[in-house]
Amino acid sequence: MSRRLLCRSALALLAAALPWIATNYYLNVASQVLIYAIFALGLNVLVGYAGLVSLGHAGIFGVAAYTAAWLVAAGSGHLPAALAALAAIVLISALYALLSLRATGIGFLMITLAIGQILWGLAYRWIDVTGGDNGITVPSRPAPFGLSLMSAPSFYYFTVLAFLLAVLSMAVFVRSPFGASLKGTRDQPRRMTALGYNVWLIRFAAFLFSGFWSGVAGLLFGYYEQFVSPGMLTLGSSAEVLLMVIAGGSGTLAGPVVGAALVFIMKNVASAYIVRWNLVLGVIFVTIVIFMPEGLVPGSARLGRWAHAEWQRRRAAPAALRSER
Amino acid sequence: MTPALELRRLAKSFGGLRVTAEVDLAVAPGERRLIIGPNGAGKTTLFNLIAGELRPDAGSILLFGAPVTRAPSRRRAHLGLARTYQIITLFPRETLLCNVVLALLGLSPLRWNPFLRLDRQEALFAAARAALAKVGLAELADRPLGQTSYGERRRVEIAMALAQRPKLLLLDEPFAGLSLDERKEVQKLLQSIPRDVTLVMIEHDMDVALQLADRITLMHFGEVIVEGTRAEVVAHPKSREVYLGT
Amino acid sequence: MNQGLLLAVNSIAMGGLLFLLASGFSLVFGLMRIPNLTHGSFFMLGAYLGISVLGKGPDPLSRLSLWFGIGRLPPDLAFCLAALLAAAVMAVIGGAIERLLLRRLAGQELAQVLVTLGLSFIIADLCLMTWQGDPIPLSAPPALRGSLPLGRVVFPVYRLAIVVIAVVVAAALWLMLDRTRLGAMIRAGVDDPVMARVTGIRVSRLFTLVFCLGAGLAGFAGVIGALILSVEPGLDADMLPLALIVVILGGTGSLPGAFVGSFVVAFLANFGQAWRPEFAYFMLFLPMLLILLLRPQGLFGRHAP
Repeated sequence: MSRRLLCRSALALLAAALPWIATNYYLNVASQVLIYAIFALGLNVLVGYAGLVSLGHAGIFGVAAYTAAWLVAAGSGHLPAALAALAAIVLISALYALLSLRATGIGFLMITLAIGQILWGLAYRWIDVTGGDNGITVPSRPAPFGLSLMSAPSFYYFTVLAFLLAVLSMAVFVRSPFGASLKGTRDQPRRMTALGYNVWLIRFAAFLFSGFWSGVAGLLFGYYEQFVSPGMLTLGSSAEVLLMVIAGGSGTLAGPVVGAALVFIMKNVASAYIVRWNLVLGVIFVTIVIFMPEGLVPGSARLGRWAHAEWQRRRAAPAALRSER
Repeated sequence: MTPALELRRLAKSFGGLRVTAEVDLAVAPGERRLIIGPNGAGKTTLFNLIAGELRPDAGSILLFGAPVTRAPSRRRAHLGLARTYQIITLFPRETLLCNVVLALLGLSPLRWNPFLRLDRQEALFAAARAALAKVGLAELADRPLGQTSYGERRRVEIAMALAQRPKLLLLDEPFAGLSLDERKEVQKLLQSIPRDVTLVMIEHDMDVALQLADRITLMHFGEVIVEGTRAEVVAHPKSREVYLGT
Repeated sequence: MNQGLLLAVNSIAMGGLLFLLASGFSLVFGLMRIPNLTHGSFFMLGAYLGISVLGKGPDPLSRLSLWFGIGRLPPDLAFCLAALLAAAVMAVIGGAIERLLLRRLAGQELAQVLVTLGLSFIIADLCLMTWQGDPIPLSAPPALRGSLPLGRVVFPVYRLAIVVIAVVVAAALWLMLDRTRLGAMIRAGVDDPVMARVTGIRVSRLFTLVFCLGAGLAGFAGVIGALILSVEPGLDADMLPLALIVVILGGTGSLPGAFVGSFVVAFLANFGQAWRPEFAYFMLFLPMLLILLLRPQGLFGRHAP
């Protein structure tokens, strides 16, 4: 059995068996990590594969959650609310894309930042609609096919399902011709245009795909907490998910997942021992951007390869000396 | 006969600087045209205008009789235009094979497909291998671009351009930075291109380029100074003026 | 004095303060091509430092200041001292940040922006740890108390002073940019960094200097701003977007742009807030978005960000 298959089977087994091993507290942690992993995977489509860094994705995350929350709190059923949220996700992602794809690099960053701030401002100030700082309470979690998601294990399985769907769609996307086109526009947009690709349209479609999963993550988060608030859409929230992508490694699929787990767990661990989470976040951010910009997954792989090569070399060296005598 | 490429009173200025000044050009189908001129003559700008990366201020560009002055770059690629660049801009993280596949994909509707697996597209990869074989790089197909030499990358670029099955191929200094042996290789390669592809080339290396060219256009300060066969251009008094300043 | 006039008076003072904030941001953005996301933090840290120098805060530095008897200095002098000291300290901190962190990423503007983002979180938390979460009020020094009637308008003196200070600083910056060699180098760098380097200007050293200047101006602005703003956690997040909007509107690297932009944004912010508080943010960011999309170089700028 190949090493990869063994690894994946072990993880799958662990994931399936978790509700029998762990307490509700840890199941909830796992659910949240998976939700953030979906969020990070969504952002990674732009950051890692399109080469476009967005500082406004928390806006999409929030709009999805608020749409569903508002509708459910107003008496709607969960299915129409979720469908409306999905429609809202597509619309808001298209809006983001139309405005921000006028630029690349820092211009793109600032436009996404601006849109994110506008959405945050609306969530915070438009008290009549959003409840402002008080947020909106979601009275119940959805019950797909009549199965309740109120318990920690059931919600956990629901999140695992969503996560698997997300990962599968990402894997298919990355290996597809469209995925190759997108990666091409990241590396040489000018050359791609000369080769006949419509770079703007490719990026637009990628933004919709990216926004979709970030929005789904927001929707799941709203169901999990059963509460939405402006804190979901802050610049800090966008920065956190960006850190997850960069810390884990933006050019890979495993990277954002590892990054999400790392950042989330550190945030919860840090808040138990050190009260100042923002300080830790900032330090990690700066350190990774300067010293390991490719992220932890590729970085540690590189480190692993170097260590392995070093070990091989040292093993060979004394033998060589011996043979010389 | 409709020219493969026709430029009519093409003009472009950057602020006060006139980079392309009322250029008229007509290249016959199958012709090998060489564009020469001292640095700053506006040759690469002309290529950028033809390829669609720059918008002209005035004048028109026709590709096999079809006006493309307003058409975006990607449209011109679909109309049969391919080009290579002065500075090599390939995809560094990919293998040579993947680089050529990207070139082939650009004109195929497959490029929009988000469901299929790219590496299972046998026909595409076979065509890419054939394109690399044509430039003598078949054995290096699976090597990452970062591990190839400059000369090999130039040949990959030409392979990619030819893989697009262009009707008009623009070559911007294809011999730049190559060793003597590499130059011979590329020269052989260019000479083997069939006449259903029209070649327009910018080059400084006279010896090699002159052997390939049917006609030569000499440019200076954005204008066409002299145009004709090799003999005509060499004999023209203005040619000497441009290069030696007398 | 009616609501409208009151808002106008406040807007003028705010405009002056925004200029002090945005001028540094504009120079850094224009020269180094990066929006310094730490700028709001510099402002806030400067305000806190000023407060501590004057002995008004709950932190050890305040106690030290009181012990040193800063309180025994005439309060007007003490205030000036506080503002200048804050500016100096922030300039040093800014220089350290540029030299030790940003310069490592020379040429990678996106990475530099991310570093400034990370730093803003660090500084914000350090401020929270040091000065706690309660807002610390700063009252105007006696020379600036009282009010000045100008026709139908009654101007509190300290608000007038902010505008005067802003104009003085604007004039000083203008003279520096226009008449000194340093200014010429900055202008050259803003126009065309590649050419500037080719003509022998030590661009990396210029970057450090301008970053110091930007940070120092922000720190100075912070202390002045403490007169009209509430100094508490979140001040950095409130001020940074305003600086960003001013500079995008006015044009990066343009001092006249920053000047005009500051007053435009101040009026938009105050009147927008009064008219429709729900859409206050919207009305501020919408012009910025429009300019980024339609005229990226801003009203007076030379190049797009």
